[in-house]
Amino acid sequence: MHIPDGFLNTATAAATYVVSAGGVGYSIKEANKKLGEKHVPLMGVMGAFIFAAQMLNFPVMGGTSGHLIGAALAAILLGPWAGTLIMTCVLIVQALVFQDGGITALGANVFNMGLLACFVSYYLYRAVVSLTGENRTGMLVGGFVGAWASVFVAATACAIELAVSGRSPLGVALPAMAGVHALIGIGEGLITAVVLSFVMATRSDLLELQKV
Amino acid sequence: MKLKWWHVGLLIALGLAIISPLASSWPDGLERVAEDKGFIEAAQGPTFEVIPDYVFPGVSSGSLATILAGVAGTLILFGLTYGLAVLLKRREA
Repeated sequence: MHIPDGFLNTATAAATYVVSAGGVGYSIKEANKKLGEKHVPLMGVMGAFIFAAQMLNFPVMGGTSGHLIGAALAAILLGPWAGTLIMTCVLIVQALVFQDGGITALGANVFNMGLLACFVSYYLYRAVVSLTGENRTGMLVGGFVGAWASVFVAATACAIELAVSGRSPLGVALPAMAGVHALIGIGEGLITAVVLSFVMATRSDLLELQKV
Repeated sequence: MKLKWWHVGLLIALGLAIISPLASSWPDGLERVAEDKGFIEAAQGPTFEVIPDYVFPGVSSGSLATILAGVAGTLILFGLTYGLAVLLKRREA
């Protein structure tokens, strides 16, 4: 869902840059207050894992693929502000080094796949777990639901940005983006649940880290 | 040196980078929508290229070029997010 250069008009690119810069600035402040020694290796592994996993496109239907975003996983394990920082690092490297996602669209990509995806998934996960209790099933269901919603909401935001930019009317872009990403989100949900279950089985203490 | 949990985590990420040539090459959701709705040609190419499209430059084998790009990116991200966390973490008393 990486928006390339040329899709957004200047106003939309600039507005999303401002919002994302504010969000990342606040993330740095929160991380500065709450990040401890134990978070450091997990931050590194999450950045590496999300970058690598994003390369693995899986087919979702005839002629279309999707890949993990990873915001839900990062936000559930480390918290939404730390998750935003990780996603921002991934998106900056993808734009500057791999020419994936436009440099002028970086603000929008950080907003959609960073801030928005992290906060939606984190709070939905927390909501599900508060209903089910802190048990394995509840956490896996919460992970799946949060991850699916993160993709769906990011795709919706992307469609709105495209529409505001005059690229495609909302009535066209929104159902198309939401429809295909409702399918891609199932992949995001399954991968997130599988990784969470792996972490629970091998290093359940990582789930107890203070959320940033 | 004893293997720590995060060494294993990094190795798993590198393993994913190594199998990345198996990824589907079909367009992703946004590209598909842009093609179907007729605005894909609005996309502008980059002004500079480093490792464009996850293909390491100067490597003749396509799969090897993808693997090298994936491994390079995975290590860059590990260093960047680890380093950022070291810089930002609160000072332990």
